[in-house]
Amino acid sequence: MQNSPNIPVQPNCPDRRRTQNAVVIWCRDKLARYIFLAVAFSATASLLLIALFILKEGVPFIIKVGLKSFLLSSEWNPAAEKFGIYPMIIASLWVTLGAMLIGAPLGVAGAIFLTQFVPRSIMRIIKPMIELLAGIPSVVYGFMGVMVLAPFIRNYLGGPGLSLLAGSIILGVMVLPTVISISTDAINAVPKTYLEGALALGATRWQSVHMVILKAARSGIIASIILAMGRAVGETMAVIMVAGNAVRIPHSALDPVRTLTANIALEMGYATGLHRQALFATGVVLFVVVMILNSLAIAAMKRKTGN
Amino acid sequence: MRKGQCVERKVKISVQNLSVFFGQHQALRSLTMNVPANRILGIIGPASSGKTTFLRTLNRMNDLDPESRAEGRVLLDGADIYHPSQSAVQLRKRVGMVFALPMPLPMSIYDNVVYGPRLSGIRNRAALDVIVERTLTAAFLWDEVKDRLNMLALRLSGGQQQRLCLARTLAMEPEVVLLDEPCSGLDPISTARIEDALTVLKERYTIILVTNNTKQASRIADETAFFLMGELVELGETSQIFTVPCDQRTSDYVTGRFG
Repeated sequence: MQNSPNIPVQPNCPDRRRTQNAVVIWCRDKLARYIFLAVAFSATASLLLIALFILKEGVPFIIKVGLKSFLLSSEWNPAAEKFGIYPMIIASLWVTLGAMLIGAPLGVAGAIFLTQFVPRSIMRIIKPMIELLAGIPSVVYGFMGVMVLAPFIRNYLGGPGLSLLAGSIILGVMVLPTVISISTDAINAVPKTYLEGALALGATRWQSVHMVILKAARSGIIASIILAMGRAVGETMAVIMVAGNAVRIPHSALDPVRTLTANIALEMGYATGLHRQALFATGVVLFVVVMILNSLAIAAMKRKTGN
Repeated sequence: MRKGQCVERKVKISVQNLSVFFGQHQALRSLTMNVPANRILGIIGPASSGKTTFLRTLNRMNDLDPESRAEGRVLLDGADIYHPSQSAVQLRKRVGMVFALPMPLPMSIYDNVVYGPRLSGIRNRAALDVIVERTLTAAFLWDEVKDRLNMLALRLSGGQQQRLCLARTLAMEPEVVLLDEPCSGLDPISTARIEDALTVLKERYTIILVTNNTKQASRIADETAFFLMGELVELGETSQIFTVPCDQRTSDYVTGRFG
């Protein structure tokens, strides 16, 4: 029998010192534990506090004005105390939908390409670059939108340029890193054996990708799209810069729109009294929408591990 | 090297001077051998002796590794499978493979079996039903699963999954079936079932069985090849390999003196 080399021999120290050490170590352990607990709790606490704060400011307003007239009336005129956010809700929905129509197929296709059709060495270069996209400040995206995209739309498609379409395109690009990186992770998590099994049965590369790999990674891909939706709904700065901000129900993709987030950001600076409360109530609506989307994403990912 | 083989048999696969490399590493060293039709060829040898590489060369699964490179010729019915005009996808329909770990695709039992036929364009439900029953019966699995064909295949036991993979391979009507240690993770009863299936199946298919279990080779293989360090040491009738091997290394291995 041999002592394994990585177990050190206990030094022969006096008994008292050893007990003292044990107490100190025990105390330090406890202390570290509580500090980390407090840090972890502070993150959760800030979420709770934000939720409470928005609800406290917004809910009384919703009760006073009535949920129906708040959500479904189309007139937003704070000076006349008319607070209907229906056009903003519609605008947010359309902009998000448009962003998904652009971002989801591109992102999923990009993920398939990166994982299946590109040598690993090249993927190692491209993937971090795509993830870098996520680090570009949204103001910069907005800037690009105002300087390049809006004039392009104005010149070639008509309308004011700053529009629903411009917002959708910018958001579609902004959510790409989310969709691509979560989808690539989901696809990479599919056991390599599935691919080999399908290929060994005479499937072509593309057949095995879309019949087996996408099927196995489906829940992760869906989760990536839902998370991207959450991001698109909540994005503010880029949308303010490119979407035009007119409070009206859009009739075409070229109409300017104002989203829920843009509404809050644009008016918060000078709003007082009931107007201010109305903006908080808008925040409540946003908060609920984003929470629902996140829970859906978590549920989708859980279903994957459940299988 | 081919002592003890008295009957001339039809050659299904002819391997000529085959060397396989992964980057700088040479996994197979100038292999030359014939695989007879409608028999079970057992391949034995210690770990990393090139058995699996050899198997994966025969249906070009090694192509998936961009580092891999094959030299020499592999003739299937006289046609070189590495010839540029040969499609790997078509080849894999003729040369089916069952892997060491059972790996049903994440779908139902039924869909797993008909995956290959569907790829070949068979859509008729009745025809597919016939294929499912025939192949599952051939793999000795039909009685156990006939009432739950729509169950997710991943919920079968390991032995059942492996027989499902065998059925799935048979459903493509291949000419050659490659098995890479198909029983390594299975209990003796499941192993016996698969061995029974293989002994029947050799009537219709050419079977190549890589196994770490020399006993298994001696039980069901008609011919046995012994691989060592990427070289073919000896190939002959199973009875000869296990009783009077020509090479001292074969003798040492089959009697358990090394490996």
